[in-house]
Amino acid sequence: MSTELLIALIPALPLAGFLFAVLAGSRLDRVPSHGHDEHGDNAHADDHGGHAGHGGDGHDSGEIDDSAFRAVPSEEEQALSSPHAGHADDLANSSGADGVIPADLNDGLGQVGHVVEGAPRPSYRSWWVPTALVGIAWAFSMIVFANVVFGGNVYHVSAYEWIISGDFHIEIAFLVDGLTAALLLVVSTVGLLVHVYSIGYMDGDRGLWRFFAYLNLFMFSMLLLILGDNFLMLYVGWEAVGLCSYALIGFWYKKPSAAGAAKKAFVVNRVGDFGFALGIMMIWTLLGTLNFEEVFAGIGGLDPTAVTIIALLLFAGAVGKSAQFPLHVWLPDAMEGPTPVSALIHAATMVNAGVYLVARANPIFAESPVAMWVVAGIGVFTAIFAAAIALTQNDIKKVLAYSTVSQLAYMFFALGIGAWVAAIFHLVSHGFFKGLLFMGSGSVIHGASGEQDMRFMGGLRDRMTWTYRTMVVGALALAGIPLFAGFFSKDEILAESFNRGYYLFYGVGVIVAFMTAFYTFRMIFMTFHGAWRGPRDAWRHVHESAPTMVWPLIILAVPTAVIGLLLGLPPEGGFIHTWLEEVFHTAEEAGAGILSGSIAAGEHHGFELFGIGGLLLLIGASVGVAGIWLAHRWYVRDPEAPGRFVVRFPFGLGPGMYAASLNKYYVDDLYGLVWARGGVLVGNALWWFDAKVIDGAVNGAGWVAQRFGGLLRRAQTGRVENYGLGMAAGLALVLIAYLVMRP
Amino acid sequence: MGLQAYLIVSALLFGIGAFGFMARRNAILMLISIELMLNAVNLSLVAFNAYAPDGSPAGAIFALLVMAVAAAEATVGLALVIAIIRTRKTAEVDQYADLKE
Repeated sequence: MSTELLIALIPALPLAGFLFAVLAGSRLDRVPSHGHDEHGDNAHADDHGGHAGHGGDGHDSGEIDDSAFRAVPSEEEQALSSPHAGHADDLANSSGADGVIPADLNDGLGQVGHVVEGAPRPSYRSWWVPTALVGIAWAFSMIVFANVVFGGNVYHVSAYEWIISGDFHIEIAFLVDGLTAALLLVVSTVGLLVHVYSIGYMDGDRGLWRFFAYLNLFMFSMLLLILGDNFLMLYVGWEAVGLCSYALIGFWYKKPSAAGAAKKAFVVNRVGDFGFALGIMMIWTLLGTLNFEEVFAGIGGLDPTAVTIIALLLFAGAVGKSAQFPLHVWLPDAMEGPTPVSALIHAATMVNAGVYLVARANPIFAESPVAMWVVAGIGVFTAIFAAAIALTQNDIKKVLAYSTVSQLAYMFFALGIGAWVAAIFHLVSHGFFKGLLFMGSGSVIHGASGEQDMRFMGGLRDRMTWTYRTMVVGALALAGIPLFAGFFSKDEILAESFNRGYYLFYGVGVIVAFMTAFYTFRMIFMTFHGAWRGPRDAWRHVHESAPTMVWPLIILAVPTAVIGLLLGLPPEGGFIHTWLEEVFHTAEEAGAGILSGSIAAGEHHGFELFGIGGLLLLIGASVGVAGIWLAHRWYVRDPEAPGRFVVRFPFGLGPGMYAASLNKYYVDDLYGLVWARGGVLVGNALWWFDAKVIDGAVNGAGWVAQRFGGLLRRAQTGRVENYGLGMAAGLALVLIAYLVMRP
Repeated sequence: MGLQAYLIVSALLFGIGAFGFMARRNAILMLISIELMLNAVNLSLVAFNAYAPDGSPAGAIFALLVMAVAAAEATVGLALVIAIIRTRKTAEVDQYADLKE
């Protein structure tokens, strides 16, 4: 099989998996509908009894009606009974724990330990084909990856003409170069592992086939996004991943918070996508083509202002998709979705699309210093902004979500200063270790009976050994501890910013690195160390997750540990540079640094271990260690310390800062006020204008006509002699006028 | 005498016709008044024709045209009036005011 065929098959396989799951999935899953009768109550007590203890903590099910998590009932179940008849009894029996869902009803609440020993197990088979197809796609991806990266090939595969309309000419065509290969590595590897992980995580969910269908559709869209060779295909993939993200965040669509988060993600993304669409249209208008290579060849001939506008419009799309300030608000809320989705879409792949877009369009951005400044500025700001929020979050997934925002911002910061390779390097390593951390957090949530609040965890290290070990590997990578992936990629960004003379950016980056190490290990210590702080019933149930969930963690821990060594050594000259050199060749040449006369090009001598480079590495490593040390001191040795610190903070700013960080700097509230309330106000104003002014004008015109008509109809007497008199008077008038006017 | 006398007679006839049209209430008499006015015009036309300095027959031809129109008008008018008299059983135009506002 030729490589070209493999490339075309890579996105086609998940698409087939999607179609299969949609068409046949629901018929493959067998859900016993009455197996719960004798076991429901026990299971219930085991799994959920503890929740009553701290009800109102948000995520748990107290506020949700009995059928909150039910996916569409299967046909046989519908046939057997009316949907709720059988379950009502269970609810009544289990009323001891207020309003918690009986074990048989918690479909969709995959994170809860719903598998009851001895109960007839539901049999799910619909994951099989989608997962296998993604596995094949992964194998193909690796072949293509090896051919591109080690063989030095660049593939152009033209499948067929998609749109031909006058001058408008779009092909379905694939472009695989070093950049695409980098994304391909992350997307297909993490994608496959998340599929495997989901088998365990989503087990027991009646919507399993639906989940796998969406997951495969997502894989298809994401692969289309990275493989496409023109902006339109990129855009199609871009919108399709947005759609899948929406569908998967709202996977448990009967849960109001999930449905709301899905809508929020969709709407916020639309804001950015609108800019992206305008950018594409502008490219088409000015250059007459959307093909990457043709666009990049022609971009130099354009007016610099136009290039800047195009770059900023494209960046607007990236800001939305990659959750950068000010459009970052959707990503933390997206954690309402199942955790495999958070790992795949909202940490490792889709949110990287923005970084990919900017990196792919590097010739456009390189032409526009203004756009580069904007990218770098937003990146640096979002990095510290999101990291500061992550410091205080208590929800384990929220910590990781803000961490993701912050790390993506790191990549934008690198892109903005022209450190293209470092940004993609960080993208790859972040994709692995953040996917690992998210899957690990899912395993923790699973083991802790659905608990997500770290204040009610602790001590899980003893019971969840492998989850603990792998998550520590991921956390070390995120914290930037030497030898792990994150260390090399992050320090490459920091070193580049220092070498290019952006000392302020460098300083902020170092602070962010410290904060990252701190909040990462705060999470680890709160979750795995110390004593269990949750309800005692739940502790009895804490267990290591199923092998399908643990193995992906272990497998992901391997690249997390070694990919930095493989790609990043020696620093600033590692293998990743040779790999990506071709892609960023022109941008590097164009002097992409946003500082004119940057010291990047000429004076930099490359890395020296016993020079400035070594010093920077040492600083990078030591802030990471310092962050971990502080987290250990505050959350293991002396848990009272953070409280004291807040109180003793100079000028009494501590409590205010803590509240600001905990409440995400009130950005969501501000948006609620400005856009939601403001929208209502504007809507009301427009309604008033419509009702009073527009309708007033229409009704007024009618009223005026009516009045004039009322006057005129008086003349209509119906008497012939009056009309005759009128004629005579008119005649006389004409006569008189004639006589008067006569010269 | 001459042309002026004809014109005076014509003006008188027209005045009688106009007065009759406005003063009378009977539909048929109103039609007759209209005929009077038309014929007053005809009279002035033929008078102008007789006194035309270049001997042009335009006035006479125009008078003939008016007569033809008058005949047609009388036909249509009388037909309408008879029809309305038949339905309304009256010739008084006061009674025909159904279409007033």
